[in-house]
Amino acid sequence: MTDQIQKAISREYEAGFTSSIESNTFEPGLDEEVIARLSAIKGEPQWMLDWRLKAFASWKKMPEPHWAHIDYPKIDFQAISYYSSPKSMDDKPKSLDEIDPELLATYEKLGIPLLEQQMLAGVAVDAVFDSVSVVTTFREKLKEAGVIFCSISEAIKEYPELVQKYLGSVVPRTDNYYAALNSAVFTDGSFVYVPKGVRCPMELSTYFRINEQNTGQFERTLVIADEGSHVSYLEGCSAPQRDENQLHAAVVELVALDDAQIKYSTVQNWYPGDEQGRGGIYNFVTKRAMCHKNAKVSWTQVETGSAITWKYPSCILRGDNSVGEFYSVALTRGRQQADTGTKMIHLGKNTRSTIISKGISAAQSNNSYRGLVKMMPTAEGARNYTQCDSLLIGDQCGAHTFPYIESRNPTAIVEHEATTSKVSDDQLFLCQQRGINSEKAVSMIVNGFCKEVFKQLPMEFAVEAGKLLEISLEGSVG
Amino acid sequence: MLSIKNLKASIAGKTILKGLDLTVNPGEVHAIMGPNGSGKSTLGYVLSGREAYIVEEGSILFEGVDLLTMGIEERALAGLFLAFQYPLEIPGVSNLEFLKAAVDAQREARGEPLMSSKEFLNAAREACKAVRLPTEFLKRGVNEGFSGGEKKRNDILQMLMLQPKLCILDETDSGLDIDALKLVADCVNSQRDAKRSFVVVTHYQRLLDYLKPDYVHVLSEGKIIKSGGPSLASELEEQGYAWLDRQPGEEKSL
Repeated sequence: MTDQIQKAISREYEAGFTSSIESNTFEPGLDEEVIARLSAIKGEPQWMLDWRLKAFASWKKMPEPHWAHIDYPKIDFQAISYYSSPKSMDDKPKSLDEIDPELLATYEKLGIPLLEQQMLAGVAVDAVFDSVSVVTTFREKLKEAGVIFCSISEAIKEYPELVQKYLGSVVPRTDNYYAALNSAVFTDGSFVYVPKGVRCPMELSTYFRINEQNTGQFERTLVIADEGSHVSYLEGCSAPQRDENQLHAAVVELVALDDAQIKYSTVQNWYPGDEQGRGGIYNFVTKRAMCHKNAKVSWTQVETGSAITWKYPSCILRGDNSVGEFYSVALTRGRQQADTGTKMIHLGKNTRSTIISKGISAAQSNNSYRGLVKMMPTAEGARNYTQCDSLLIGDQCGAHTFPYIESRNPTAIVEHEATTSKVSDDQLFLCQQRGINSEKAVSMIVNGFCKEVFKQLPMEFAVEAGKLLEISLEGSVG
Repeated sequence: MLSIKNLKASIAGKTILKGLDLTVNPGEVHAIMGPNGSGKSTLGYVLSGREAYIVEEGSILFEGVDLLTMGIEERALAGLFLAFQYPLEIPGVSNLEFLKAAVDAQREARGEPLMSSKEFLNAAREACKAVRLPTEFLKRGVNEGFSGGEKKRNDILQMLMLQPKLCILDETDSGLDIDALKLVADCVNSQRDAKRSFVVVTHYQRLLDYLKPDYVHVLSEGKIIKSGGPSLASELEEQGYAWLDRQPGEEKSL
């Protein structure tokens, strides 16, 4: 029976194709000159280059972190190319008609049509291909509402005062090894600003695609929700199947000012490597939100890809009554390793946080939840609830939980619940005896396990996430 | 419907069935009784194709087709249903979702159009009524937190929804109170027709009083050692199984 479980969970990586797009790619290597060149190509102002160089200087002095429950050979940061852009982007296209058809076809293949008329109604997309943002849809419509949604490169030039004010305000340049590296070499990413009191009229979404070999992707996303505004943002990721490992080190900063709400969802499907563990993306990501008074930030993530995932979307609950949420599904198969979780730092009075983490491990993979809940002395009446569930499929995988709780305020309440369960042969037999094939049965059980998190995703993406986990939601009529 | 010849089967190297013969015709109800450890549950598992059980010898034909070449789902889709002695829980998967997946799979296999959600929901509600489970149970996880009796009734509910051709009930009556027992019997009786057959494994006369089987068989040490009409069950109830051991050679009247 275990064979059948194996079969049900071993699925080909569908986004693994490569696109033949001519590109301008830097020679591998990293020094001040490379950073200056990168900054020059992007036509950045001096302050931006200075910021990058400061970050680089700090990075050089920092040791690589090794505390996570993951194992990988040493990364040679000089063997990576730090910039790659499709050639046809040199003269930035004015409209979608001018975009390389091969590039459009790539996104088409991934199920992300960029032509606006074909878009999912109500979703604006920013597409990032290797190091550059290739297109941002629905910009005009968003502009009417006063919402700025563009690539971070454009924002640096067009909205320098906003970028200068907030870039690095949540994740400082020197925050950690990968954040420092990203600060030095980030190439593109998305920028969102929602003005005071505005409810963003549509879902915003960024799709990241790594295409070139030996390139790293270092994107930087900055979302600013001004007082009383609302925005929902989704990012999706994929990469071709390659034998070498590729590095992805992103930084996402969210700023939720007083009474603002940000919902940030991720469907991460980077190439996970093959069954023997060859290739795959190393995903080292720093995501953090600053929550001001009465603000609410909700992180929802569905992580199915990457050879290594190192990621802890966090909330700093600075303002009184602010709310942080983290809903996560992490599925590991093959030889994937995931060390993921969250940090909830309670500073304000009556701040609340909820953590729901669902880890699913199959085959020889390792899945770890790592979470920190910190109640500072100022966090009067703060509350946290953490629920951490692991589901094991087969008998060669591992699930680990590393909760860290620090409470320095006697009025704060912290709750933690954890469970571990297993998809049993008996359960599969019951399903099959009723005519349900083992693949569908595993899907149903996994889907049932993840329900609490899936219902947090925007509708279209819940479906996408379900598909990613081989789950057909068609059967659920209740 | 079902023709078992000289079936020998083992689990973990231990032979449990040691040459079992049984023929079930369409529309018949067969009761199988016998002491603990005689192989009654093994028979259900072997028929449904559970991997751990190895068939060493013999043949099983289901509607003329060799059952032993078929996988678990294939057998299920061909109309073979097993009600479990200890129904399992599948937390997180709602009863309704589970039933819909099973009914869809069955219809798909038969090339029939799938039921609409509304049609399906109505059918599921009817089935709930028949087994007297509140319809709220449809939204709960499969058998999740159900009492023993509720689990058994839930198995019968699945039977009502799937409309199988051959139903194997493995001690469905154990752990049921008298009212529940009658209810299960009524459900089974309501499903009896000229085409549907039942193999009912039980320890007790009482279920058979309600079911009125066509045949009663005694399974002992992996073989059917005696077969007879409904009256055999009453004899067993009165005298136990021991007397049968003293009458070798009287087996197989079918």
